[in-house]
Order: sequence, then structure tokens, then C-alpha cells
Amino acid sequence: MDESRPTHVDLTAAFEDSGVRDVLRELDETLIGLEPVKSRIRETAALLLVDQARRQLGLATETPTLHMSFTGNPGTGKTTVALKMADLLHRLGYVRKGHLVTVTRDDLVGQYIGHTAPKTKEVLKKAMGGVLFIDEAYYLYRPDNERDYGQEAIEILLQVMENNRDDLVVILAGYGDRMDRFFASNPGFRSRIAHHIEFPDYSDGELLHIAQTMLARQNYRLDDGARAAMEEYIAARRGQPHFANARSVRNALDRARLRQANRLFTEASGPIGADRLSLITEPDIRASRVFRGGLDVDRKTGQAMRQAAE
Amino acid sequence: MKLRQGQFSFLPDLSDDDIRVQAQYAIDNGWAVSVEYTDDPHPRNTYWEMWGHPMFDNPDAAAVVFEVNECRKEHGGTYIRVIAFDASPGWESIRMSFIVNRPATEPGFRLIRQEAEGRSVRYTIESYAVREPEGMRY
Repeated sequence: MDESRPTHVDLTAAFEDSGVRDVLRELDETLIGLEPVKSRIRETAALLLVDQARRQLGLATETPTLHMSFTGNPGTGKTTVALKMADLLHRLGYVRKGHLVTVTRDDLVGQYIGHTAPKTKEVLKKAMGGVLFIDEAYYLYRPDNERDYGQEAIEILLQVMENNRDDLVVILAGYGDRMDRFFASNPGFRSRIAHHIEFPDYSDGELLHIAQTMLARQNYRLDDGARAAMEEYIAARRGQPHFANARSVRNALDRARLRQANRLFTEASGPIGADRLSLITEPDIRASRVFRGGLDVDRKTGQAMRQAAE
Repeated sequence: MKLRQGQFSFLPDLSDDDIRVQAQYAIDNGWAVSVEYTDDPHPRNTYWEMWGHPMFDNPDAAAVVFEVNECRKEHGGTYIRVIAFDASPGWESIRMSFIVNRPATEPGFRLIRQEAEGRSVRYTIESYAVREPEGMRY
């Protein structure tokens, strides 16, 4: 063995020095729920730390495959975790810059012959030194159209994922079942991706917790009635179409803030204190369409009215 | 005769890693890095052919090395250089320029003497390579 190489490494010190501990703690604190995801990330971090140590001792030389796939329903925190992952990989020294480039099919696939390759390469170049996050990756592959340019983008991606493993990490994200079909029809991807992480749906309690954290970050709070209404809201919203976990909650809160502002405007006579400005009450949440059966009900009544008008 | 133009030209040829470090320096300074190639080595040949667009928004120099290697595949027998353009007010000019690829053989330059009025002599140089038409040199 080389004389200059250390003969042993201190994993705890490496853990502290690299700042991995901070990233993992931040992950624990800022993300609610997602236990399986957190434990997978902890495992991955441990693997990368050990691998780094092995490389210092000269036991391993190759860069491990770091490409990942994140599967899960919308609003389960895939993009947020990807950001944290980029930070983690950067601190461990597996990517040089640690920036995250988020793209979808539109950014990779061109509109005419010869347009796709430069477009894909441009995106890959931008992502080098960081992490490329391909959202809804299964749209790249369209089995119904054999002349679809998506195939070309896939080929370039696979080539760069293999040849420039030191330069960038690719994370594919999307719904679970469609990603499975995507991997089944593109075996090249499956074999080049080492880490498959599944994002479970949030429970109702977790979503309420998320709602409160989101509001607290913006200096708002729910009163008791509003909290109860929010609980009911989440349960009702889950049963309706286009439910997107935390994203639905965020949208609901945005609308509640709108209603609160409107209410304050119409009710207010005289000066209002900070307390009233930051309190969201039960009617603000109860006014949501979700309690009346959701979007579809409104659309149907709208249609009925139009028909009556005709 | 080895062409000595731009930075580092009196050093041994740069490795891919050297190119990456130099390009990263340019990127960190906010300069747009681009790759160019030519088969006319005359020192006054300022404008070389562009290989793709200048890279304005790539934070990492791995992209530059990637493009240099792509260009080598296509134009491996010619001169390739990396330049860094500084767009900040007052500069608007090239800050760095270095050759990263050269032909296998470099025939060098011929000195041309031209008789002018009053027995004066004008001197100029011409690369032996440019006697062939474009695309057939080297």
C-alpha cells in the first residue's frame, strides 16, 4: 500500500466535518413524516461516507453509481428531498457544485428532427457538477409513437449517465406505477439507477402538522375552530380528484389567506392588531368548495345554469 | 514548429483536468467560456470557427471539457482553443484564451520578403499549412 495513505479513518469525525450531520438534522426537522425516505437517505449517506473512507484508504477507486429514482404521488416532497440530496452529495464531495437543475420532458425533447440532441446536451451541461432532476420522467418515453423524439433524449441521457458519472447525478421522479412501466420498457435506466426511493402518502395528521408549519413560517395561525375545519378539510379533500398531498394543503391555505384578507377588509372598522391579522378562523376554511363536494359540483351547476340560459 | 499562441503555450499540452481547472476559474469570475477551432494558424487570424454557443449559464467546467471532447471528435486534426469572454462594463473583451488541441504535425511558417519602393523590403509570414484549401490542411 502507498506510504502516503492513512491507515485508518475516523468515521465520526468525517460525519461531523463533512456537514452531513447538519443536512440530516435539517432533513429531520424540516420534513414531516416520510420516515421510509429519511431512513433510506440516512443509509445512503452512511454508504457514501464509508465509500469515501474506503477510497481514502485505497480500497475502492470507482465512483459509485449515484443516480436515483424518486417515486411517489404528487406533493409528497420529491423536489424538496432532491434539493437536500444535492446538498448532501455536495458536502460529501460527490458533486462539485451541488446545484439542482429541475427539468421536464419539454426541456429535453425538441420539436423537430435534430432539435433534441442539442437541447438535451444543453440541459446536461447546465446540470454538470450538480444534480439533474427529471420530473415526470415517464413522459420521455411514448410507446404509442415510435417516431417520438423522446427516445433520442433517453439515449443521450443514458450515455452521459454512464460516461460522465463523476460530473453529474440524475434523479428521475414520477408516480410509482407509471415509473415502473417506464423502467420496464427502458431496462437501460433500471440498471443504471442504484437507489430507488419511494415516497409514501402523508397521513391526515401529518398533513395538518404540515399546514400548521407552513402557516407558522408565514406568521399565521389557526384558531381551534379552524384547526378542526382543516382536519375535516384534509379528510374530505383526500377523497376528491387531483389530491396532491402537501401541495393541496398549501393551495388550500393560500385560498384561506385570501378569504381572511377579504373578511378583514369588509369587517374591519378601525385599527386591527397584529393578532387579528395573523389569525385564520373557521369560516375562512369552511368557505372552501371542498366541503360542498369539490370542484366537480361547481362545474356541474355551472353547466346546468348555462344550459338553462340557452 | 509548435504554435505558441495564448496562455500556457510554452507549457506541455494541457490535460483534461488542467482544462477543467482553468475553465472553472473563468466561470467563477463570471466570464462566458466558449470553444473554437480553426485550421488557419496565422497569429492575426482572430476569429476562429465557433463550436456551439458560448456557455453563459453552466456553473461547472465539466461542461467545457465535455464540449472540447465533442469538438475533438469532429475536428481532432485542427487547432482548438478555449476562450473566456468578460462582458462586464469596461472590459467587453477576451480575458483568457488557450489552445487545447493541435494537429499531429505543425509545419510552421514561411517568411515572405516583398520588394517595395526604394529597395525597401516588406516582411510577412505565411503558414505552410494554408497552401492547401480549407478543410484539407493538416
